[in-house]
Amino acid sequence: MREEINLIITGEAGQGLQTIGNALGKLFQRTGYHLFTDQDYMSRVRGGNNFYRLRVASRPVYAPRERADLVVCLDRESVERQAGKAAGGGLVVLDQKTFQLEARGPEYFDVPLHDLAERHGGSALYMNSVASGLVAGLLRMDFDPVERIIRASFAGKPDEVVDKNVNSARAGYDHGRGHFRDDRFALPPGKPRETLLFNGSEAIGLGAIAAGCKFYSAYPMTPSTGVLNFLAHNMQAYGILVEQAEDELAAVNMALGASFAGARAMTGTSGGGFALMTEGLSLAAMTETPIVIMDSQRPAPATGFPTRTEQADLDLVLHAGHGEFARAIFAPGTPEEAFHLTRRAFNLAEKYQVPVIILNDQHLADCTRDLPGLDLEREPVERHLLPRGAKAGGYQRYALTPDGVSPRAVPSWLETPIWADSDEHTEEGHITEDGALRVRMVEKRLNLKMAGLAREVVPPTVSNADGADLVLVGFGSNYGVLRETAEASPGGKKVGFVHLSQVWPFPAAEVIAALQNARKFLVVENNATGQLARLLQRETGLSPNGRILQYDGRPFTLEGLARKIESELAS
Amino acid sequence: MKSQDYKTSDEIAWCPGCGNFGIWNAVRASLAEMNLAPKDVLLVSGIGQAAKLPHYVQANCFNGLHGRALPVAAAAKMANPKLTVIVTTGDGDCYGEGGNHLLHNIRRNVDLTVLVHDNQIYGLTKGQASPTTDPGTRTKVQTGGVILAPFQPLEVAIALGAGFVARGYTKDQALLSGLIQEAVRHRGFALVDILQPCVSFNKKNTYAWYDKRVYTLGAEYDPADKAAAYVKAAEWGDRIPLGVLYRRESPTYADQSGWADKPPLVEADISRVDVSPLLAEFR
Repeated sequence: MREEINLIITGEAGQGLQTIGNALGKLFQRTGYHLFTDQDYMSRVRGGNNFYRLRVASRPVYAPRERADLVVCLDRESVERQAGKAAGGGLVVLDQKTFQLEARGPEYFDVPLHDLAERHGGSALYMNSVASGLVAGLLRMDFDPVERIIRASFAGKPDEVVDKNVNSARAGYDHGRGHFRDDRFALPPGKPRETLLFNGSEAIGLGAIAAGCKFYSAYPMTPSTGVLNFLAHNMQAYGILVEQAEDELAAVNMALGASFAGARAMTGTSGGGFALMTEGLSLAAMTETPIVIMDSQRPAPATGFPTRTEQADLDLVLHAGHGEFARAIFAPGTPEEAFHLTRRAFNLAEKYQVPVIILNDQHLADCTRDLPGLDLEREPVERHLLPRGAKAGGYQRYALTPDGVSPRAVPSWLETPIWADSDEHTEEGHITEDGALRVRMVEKRLNLKMAGLAREVVPPTVSNADGADLVLVGFGSNYGVLRETAEASPGGKKVGFVHLSQVWPFPAAEVIAALQNARKFLVVENNATGQLARLLQRETGLSPNGRILQYDGRPFTLEGLARKIESELAS
Repeated sequence: MKSQDYKTSDEIAWCPGCGNFGIWNAVRASLAEMNLAPKDVLLVSGIGQAAKLPHYVQANCFNGLHGRALPVAAAAKMANPKLTVIVTTGDGDCYGEGGNHLLHNIRRNVDLTVLVHDNQIYGLTKGQASPTTDPGTRTKVQTGGVILAPFQPLEVAIALGAGFVARGYTKDQALLSGLIQEAVRHRGFALVDILQPCVSFNKKNTYAWYDKRVYTLGAEYDPADKAAAYVKAAEWGDRIPLGVLYRRESPTYADQSGWADKPPLVEADISRVDVSPLLAEFR
C-alpha cells in the first residue's frame, strides 16, 4: 500500500479532460483521500496536448509532483509528450490500435479505450468515461462511488446519455481490474469525511459572494474568466449583477460606478487587461471609491502564454496607476486563503476607500485541494457607510480627518448631493488649484491611509524559521510547494518557510522577525527578475542568500524545487 | 426648487460667452421643471469643459476619467435604478476617447440621458480637432486642415438602435430644455447632441454660423420613421435640423435582464450572506 499516488490524464483539447479530472477529484474526495489537483492546458479549443494532474494521498498534500505513477493517454501525441513522466516505475496507459503505435514494454498498458467507448457508449466521445472507470479499477477502488459521481455530474442530461457514461466507465473499470493483475496501484482504504474541494477561481467567487459583492464587471481573459463564469452562474441565486464589459476600461469604470452608487463591486482580469485598467485604478484612489480588482497573472509581456502561470505582475500591481496613492495587495496561497482574503479585500476597500488588489495566477485559479471545512464567520461584512437618512448637514465627501478616511455616503441616502472628482478637489469635491490643499489631500490619500492599512496587514505564514538552516520565502500560489518542501527537510536540514499572502503594505517587521534567526534564506518565485526578493530587500534591508526563479510558464513541482534548491546551495 | 436653486457656489471656469452656459441653464431648468430632488439625480462626466458642468449643479456628481463617463453612469444606474442619471460629456470625450463605450452602451440600453456638448473642437487642450470638426479646419495640430471624415454621432446612434436621438442648440433654451426632459423621461439610452459654439477655439462654427443654418423639425416630421431619421441625421451644411430625430421604445437593460423587477442592488442587505448552500456543490 502506498501513501500517495500521482495521476496524469492527458489528451487533446476537446476530449473532456476537465470532466474526467473533476470526476476523479470528486471520487477521491468522497472516498476519503486527501488530494491536490492542477491543470496544464494550451491556448486552443481543439487539439494540442493538455493534462489534468491529481495527487492522491493519505495525508494532506499541497503541491504537484512532477513524476506520475499513472499516465493515462487519450491520444497519440500525449504518449509522446507525457509518457516520460511515468519514468521510474510508473505506468502509461495507451490505446495502441487507435493511436497506431507498436507494442511497447511492460511500463505500458494497452487498453482499447476507443473500442470500449464505441461499444458501451456508441461514440469515441465516451473515452473519458472509460478512462475514469479504468483509473478506479487500476486503483482497486469500488465502482459504486464512480457510478454515483457520474450520475451526479450528468444530472439533467437524458437518461440514455447518463447510462452510456456509466456503462462506459464500468467497461473501463472492469478492464482495469481484469486485465491489469498487478495490485501496485491499490490505494489503502480511504477515510470518508466531509470535505470541500474547489479551485482558486471558485474560492474568489465564493469569497466575493460571501462579502456581499453585488456587481462584477469583467472582460473575458484567461486565466481570470473562471471567476466571471462562477459569479455569472450564481448571479440569480445571490442577486449579483454580472456584466460582461466591452473592454477592461469599461470593466473597471463600471465597477467604480456601481461602487460609488453604493453596491460592493469588483472586477477581474489578467495582466494585459490589468494594464488597461490602470487609469481606473488611479481614479479609484483619487475619487476614494472602494474597489476590489483581481489580477489573475499569466506569463507576459503582451499576450505571452495565455493559459500558463507566472508571478511577474507583482511590480505591476505595486506601481500601477499614475500618481501616488494607498492600496493593498493580497497574494493568497491556497483556495481557502483566497476565499478569506477576498472577503477581507471588500472590507478593507470600504474601510479605507481604496483599491484592493488580489493577485491570482493560472496555477492557483485551476488548482484544488481538499479542505476539512470553511470558516464562514471570519471577515464579517463591515461597510463603514453613513446610514441612510443620516443627518449630515454640510456633508463633505472628502472631509479631512485625522486618519485620512472621510465619512462615506452614497447618492440619495443623504438629503444633500455628493460630489466625487478625479481632479484634485476641495473637501466638498470640487475642482481646485490650491497647492496647500493639494498637499493635505495627497497626505490623506497616501500617507494616512497607508498607515491605517499597515496596521491591519495580514502577517505572513511562518513555519520552522527560527534557527533554521534554510528558510524558503515566497508569495501567492507557491504556498503549497514551499510548505511541503520545507516539511520534507531536504538534506536532513532544518528548513522553514515564510509565505506572504499580503505583499502590500509589506509586513516588514514580521518578515524581519521571521528571518533574523535563520542561517540562510532563499526567495522562491515564478518570474525572471526576483520581484519579491527585490521588494523584500527594499522593505527590510535583508538580502536573500539566493533566488530561485522559474519562468517557463509552469508551476514549481516538489522535485523541481528540490533540484533548484540543491543547485542554488551548491553554487 | 427653481432653476436658480440648482446652482452651486463653485466658481465657473468656462470662458465668457461659452456655449456651455446655455446647456447649464437648460439642465437646471429641466431639473426644476421635472421637480427632481438633487439627492436623486446623478450627473456623471469625464474630462473636458463639458465635464465641469456637474460641479455647477446641485445634484450628485461623479467627475471621472476622460472618455469613461458612460461605463460609470451605466453601472451606477444598474446599481440604483432610482437615480436619474445624466451624462454631461463632450465631442472629444464621448465620440473620441470613449467611442467604444458609446457603441456598447447604446446596445446595452441602460436608462441614461447623454448630453454631448458638441463644439466640434477640443477646448480644454486648446484647439485641436475633435471627431466632429468640419473637414478643412486648420488647427495647431491639423496644420493643413482636418482630413479625417467627421464622425456622425446621430447616424451611428440610429444605426445601433438608440431609442432617443436628438439634436439641440445651446441658444435655443426652450427647445433644449424640452429635449433634455424628453430624454430623461425616455426609458432607455437617450442621446442629445448639443450644438455649442466654442468662442475661444472654433472660429468657424460660431453663434452666427449656427443661427443661419439651424431649424426645428416640425409636427410633420415623424421621428418613428428610421429611414427619414437617417436622412435628417446626415443633413449638415446649409441647413441643420434640431429636435427629436429618432424615437423608438424598446426594452431596457433592466427589463431584459430581469433586474427591473428586483430591489435595487444598493438596497440589498449584505450583512450576512449565507454561502453554505453553495458549498454543497463542492462536497
